[in-house]
Amino acid sequence: MNAVDPLLQIEDLKTYFYSGDKVIPSVDGVSFHINKGEIVALVGESGCGKSVTSLSILGLIDSPGKIEGGRILYHDLDLTRLSQKEKLQIRGKEISIIFQEPLAALNPVFTVGYQIQENIMVHERISKKKAKAKAIDLLIKVGIPHPEKVYQNYPHSLSGGMRQRVMIAMALSGNPKLIIADEPTTALDVTIQAQILQLLKEITEQQRTSILFITHDLGVVAEIADRVIVMYAGQVVEQADVYSLFDNPKHPYTKALFNSSPKMDQIDEELTAIEGAVPSPFEKPMGCKFHTRCPYVMGKCKSISPDLEENNGHLVRCWLSTENAKSEVT
Amino acid sequence: MKYFIKRLIQAVPVLFIISFIIFSLVYMAGDPVLLMLPEDAPQEDKQALREALNLDEPFHVQYMTFVGNLMQGQFGKSFTYGQEALPIVLERLPATIELAFAAIFVATIISIPFGIWSATKKDSLGDVFISGGAVLGKAMPNFWLGIMLILLFSVYLGALPVSGRGTIFHLILPAITLGTGIAAQITRLIRSNMLDILHQEYIRTARSKGLKEFLVIYKHALRNSLIPVVTIMALQTSSLIGGAIITETVFSWPGLGQLLIQAINTRDMAIVQASVFVVALLVIMMNLLADVMYRFLDPRINLK
Repeated sequence: MNAVDPLLQIEDLKTYFYSGDKVIPSVDGVSFHINKGEIVALVGESGCGKSVTSLSILGLIDSPGKIEGGRILYHDLDLTRLSQKEKLQIRGKEISIIFQEPLAALNPVFTVGYQIQENIMVHERISKKKAKAKAIDLLIKVGIPHPEKVYQNYPHSLSGGMRQRVMIAMALSGNPKLIIADEPTTALDVTIQAQILQLLKEITEQQRTSILFITHDLGVVAEIADRVIVMYAGQVVEQADVYSLFDNPKHPYTKALFNSSPKMDQIDEELTAIEGAVPSPFEKPMGCKFHTRCPYVMGKCKSISPDLEENNGHLVRCWLSTENAKSEVT
Repeated sequence: MKYFIKRLIQAVPVLFIISFIIFSLVYMAGDPVLLMLPEDAPQEDKQALREALNLDEPFHVQYMTFVGNLMQGQFGKSFTYGQEALPIVLERLPATIELAFAAIFVATIISIPFGIWSATKKDSLGDVFISGGAVLGKAMPNFWLGIMLILLFSVYLGALPVSGRGTIFHLILPAITLGTGIAAQITRLIRSNMLDILHQEYIRTARSKGLKEFLVIYKHALRNSLIPVVTIMALQTSSLIGGAIITETVFSWPGLGQLLIQAINTRDMAIVQASVFVVALLVIMMNLLADVMYRFLDPRINLK
């Protein structure tokens, strides 16, 4: 694919979890890249491996999980091969992360100001006073009123939107090149959600920061993303720029996702749910992982897994698309 | 500060209830005159003594007199010492408090590192060893442990004094005896709290900042896992103040526990009442201290 200016390149990433003698391939051969200043959305249902992918980037996979294969290239550095000490220099400085539920993600016993300041002081040799001033600047930057006062507040005394702004300020404090936003707006109500999305957009524009935006909300994707990666059962099933994907979703799973999202112009229609359930992580189906729920399933799908094939920069993992493409050629 | 005063005022009715219980128990314990005079004393003498001690008054009148005296810090004279009871009790107090805090200190320095270690290295050999040790520590009775420690360190090794109070060396064995069981309990508490907290999202956030693991655990995780530990510590300290009776007896430690047991044996009710009252007061104060520590450790608790 046209990797113009890749900041992060994930190649065939495999992150497995172990439960007794069973192996759960949460991320099973995922490849994609993120360019400088680009917002890439990673979309999929719960349990499809979105969050595990993001935690793999930061090396935050807890036991019993383990990165079993592939590379995560940040510039020329393979993040999977870093020593513990080198990882610490990447986290919070080069790559930072914003979690879904800021109340759970902020430590309840420290002031929010201190938690931002701490991130600054881990990576910069500056005095406490200067770090505090910087933390207050960051609070101003993310649009928090009365930053001096909020600095001394504990997370529980702030509103959900404010807390997420604090998380963003914290994520920005090391001037990262990449911010991973793991469903940052899911826990917020819609108006606050719009404000937070706007803020993230402004940040990428001002600082040319890249964002890996993890979500299951296609509305949010349309709002913010430059490029979209759709994941299903630990694999990338479709990848395209946001316009191609919304105009012409190719993978049956992507299509099904669109059908199950509410649309403003079809307000009376009943939403369709995707038939069946996400396959059990212990027993993923043979062949195409989606064949158990796919309305277009063919014989081949049940035994042979399709590859991710490119067509005009639009990547799809589906036999149907492969065959359509072939018939177009002949 | 406002909160502090409010809590102190709240303690007043508690103290009243305690004074009532103390008085009732002694009242029910029987006629002290029968104990004070020989069995063959003439009936008139008994009656005279009762009148002298106001024992012929009805219950509520006696109780009001008791409360009135109590407010002046008077519990009456001790039979055995022939002095006011309260000064005798207060004289014993420093020894008891010294021992209680030494025991808590021992428990803390053992339990925090062990608890953290066994949580962060869950299921390792060290964890199995620590968890097993904790069960053993909790199961060992104080009188046995105390005697074994005396046997080992005082009799065989001759390193530490057998009993009594005086130097810091006198304090070591009783403090270890009392501290072991508490250490065992708190080690297990810290271990389970830590295991829970290490899976919290804010721990992942702390790691995602690039903090060293040491800081993640000792700053972000420990502070949170200590919140429930403070309660247990405060309760344990209170129970040590009131009830280190066995250990105080084994080591002839001149504390409240020992005084109380002697007073009960000799039916020296003034001492019993004064001791129980002082202990109750200290327990209330310890609970208040625990509440304030809570506030310090957990800003989510609002003291209003």
